[in-house]
Amino acid sequence: MSAMTLTPIEKKPLSFALPTICAAGGFAGLFVGTAHGSGLIGVVVGAVVLMVLGYIALQILGPGMERPVRWGIIALFTVAGVLLAGVPGFVLGGLFGWFFAFFVYWIGEGRYRANLAPYLTGGQVLWHYAFRVICGAIFVFLITPILVVMPLSFNAQNFFTFTPEMLRFDPAGYSLKHYQDFFTSSGWQQALRNSLAIAPVATLLSVSFGTLAAIGLSSEHVPFRRAIMAILISPMIVPLIISAAGMYFFYSRIGLQGTYFGVVLAHAALGIPFVIITVTATLVGFDRSLTRAAASMGANPVTTFFRVQMPLILPGVISGGLFAFITSFDEVVVVLFVGSANQQTLPWRMFTGLREQISPTILAVATILVGISVLLLITLEMLRRRSERLRGMSPG
Amino acid sequence: MKLTKTLLATTALTVAAGVSATAQEMANSMTVVSWGGAYQNSQLKAYVEPYLAANPGVSVTWDESSAEAVAKMRAMNEAGNVTWDLVDAVASDAMRLCDEGLAMEIDHDEVLAAAPDGTPASEDFGQLIVSDCFIPQIVYSTTFGYRPDMLPAGTEPPDSVCDVFDLETYPGKRALQKRPIDNMEWALYCDGVDKDDIYDVLSTDEGVSRALAKLSTIKDQVVWWSAGAETPQLLADGEVFMGSTFNGRLFSAIAEQNQPIEMMWDMQSFDLDGWVVPTGLPADRLARVMDFLMFATDTQRLADQAAYISYGPARASSAPLVGKHAELGIEMAPHMPTDPANATNPHIYDYEWWADNRDDLDAKFQAWLAQ
Repeated sequence: MSAMTLTPIEKKPLSFALPTICAAGGFAGLFVGTAHGSGLIGVVVGAVVLMVLGYIALQILGPGMERPVRWGIIALFTVAGVLLAGVPGFVLGGLFGWFFAFFVYWIGEGRYRANLAPYLTGGQVLWHYAFRVICGAIFVFLITPILVVMPLSFNAQNFFTFTPEMLRFDPAGYSLKHYQDFFTSSGWQQALRNSLAIAPVATLLSVSFGTLAAIGLSSEHVPFRRAIMAILISPMIVPLIISAAGMYFFYSRIGLQGTYFGVVLAHAALGIPFVIITVTATLVGFDRSLTRAAASMGANPVTTFFRVQMPLILPGVISGGLFAFITSFDEVVVVLFVGSANQQTLPWRMFTGLREQISPTILAVATILVGISVLLLITLEMLRRRSERLRGMSPG
Repeated sequence: MKLTKTLLATTALTVAAGVSATAQEMANSMTVVSWGGAYQNSQLKAYVEPYLAANPGVSVTWDESSAEAVAKMRAMNEAGNVTWDLVDAVASDAMRLCDEGLAMEIDHDEVLAAAPDGTPASEDFGQLIVSDCFIPQIVYSTTFGYRPDMLPAGTEPPDSVCDVFDLETYPGKRALQKRPIDNMEWALYCDGVDKDDIYDVLSTDEGVSRALAKLSTIKDQVVWWSAGAETPQLLADGEVFMGSTFNGRLFSAIAEQNQPIEMMWDMQSFDLDGWVVPTGLPADRLARVMDFLMFATDTQRLADQAAYISYGPARASSAPLVGKHAELGIEMAPHMPTDPANATNPHIYDYEWWADNRDDLDAKFQAWLAQ
């Protein structure tokens, strides 16, 4: 952390440090207070406690006593946490204490300026940290709903509720029974099989058609390129419910509604735009003289495609395929229309399950699906980096 | 078309007459539409599994779409592609489907088994056959559950539906269904309208305003639910003090999930749930459905269902056969909405009145909700 110090640091006057620490304490107190009935009392208590602690740490004891004071603050907050909320309070109190012990000295000793350029004004320094706090808050806002689901999926009860046992970290409050339910219930297993039977085939179709379309549309001599592109991309833009209703009536007429193949086709249509977009983007960086070079050496167009073009645009094809796969795997609206009860997929089952019986099995499934999605996204990111590396090496 | 009709009629007759139809005439798979959850499970255990055991080679696919049965059956009819064989629907939906010609009219005495003592089905089901297309299975009620531990200290537990409107004695949020049915009647009843006059009063514009005005007194304390699973979840969370839902859901939360919830049966609103058969089924599928219906709605099977869920069987002859809960071993009769101790002051929900006034009242109720 302190490997490089850009600015010499100096102790800040108490007139600056104490109000800042006090404000931070009040802000944290707002949350603790609200959780215990009164936000206002929380703000006041938090502000006062932090002001006193800051004064003692910075003025009375001074930086020489930093290490014992830090531990003291952590211990104090931990005890307060236990008194307020038991075991979860222990963890939260410890975290709060650790943060404030750091924060008091960080502000008071002026360490926050250490890694910033010396010419920054006070406002710029404030913005530097405010920006990071805002980004962090947005991140928390986006990720919390997903994280909350995970511990709830280990609930020993059949409700979406953090039971007192769970909050006490009592092992009796946790169980794997919802995962067991998922892996043993024939309905869920059938849904999983359906999803696994539909998504890969739909992905295969999307990738084949999407890649061919992207290559065709990227060559200049194709007439009406923009119009064709717009039509192919339209499933992404038209509201899903409209595509779904249209597909329902069209597929019913031609006997595809309620069949496995019908759902696969519908999902392929939804996945094609993703493949077209990613492959078109990769083709922008593709050097066309390579195909001419291959042709001059006697390769026919098919050989050229598989031996020269395909390896170079493969990252785009695969990332498009992953998007197509996730689209099919997560899709609920179209399958509700186009599928029949025999094609119930995981999202369909989760949807009806949420409506008719709020069972944490849905949360267990959600946790598993989030895990799969994270793995897929990591793969995607690795492919993207590989593609960047390759492109850096490619001629031109 | 005429040929199909004749075929349909003859097949139905053959089955009804008890002549064992040969396997070639009956389809080997059936798509059954129901509600999911504990209710579908009770159907599975009480008659679907026994039927499949008696008819190896037949398979049943469940579609948990009863909540949108009317909309989906309209769409299927329009698309000319009926994929459902048998649909579980509440009585009011069955009536709408029947009126629109989407559900098949049924001669109950020919299609359904007689009671063990020979009473014909139409008498055994009696007045519960509210529509020619409707085969009743169960009587359920919409009633209240509350959290005794959230009562203010020293307060008596609520024992009247009017306690829902009493925010002073019973503070806290309430969960009510997001529809005018039941809520309007409860509101008028608690505004001093005599039970027998409720629908007369509700037929006037002043009556509607009066009911909405009564509901307005608690509006800011109401959480509106639309799925039956919501109220048990809200009660278990302590998010609401009391809430209405189907009595079987409350039974499941109390007896099977051990939640600290109590029942309040005052002015419980009885309703019916049963089967309808979509029109336009091919002969082989229809034959299978009729064979299944004959089995699944007989006296013993309906009584068996009550061992899995606390809904009253729709046949009079099933009532004496209701026994103990299949897993918990507790007597089920005291948990039935029809039990005399629970049905001291039930609200008799008027189907016909609602069939005539539903659209109008829905619009007014939604407008009031949005205010």
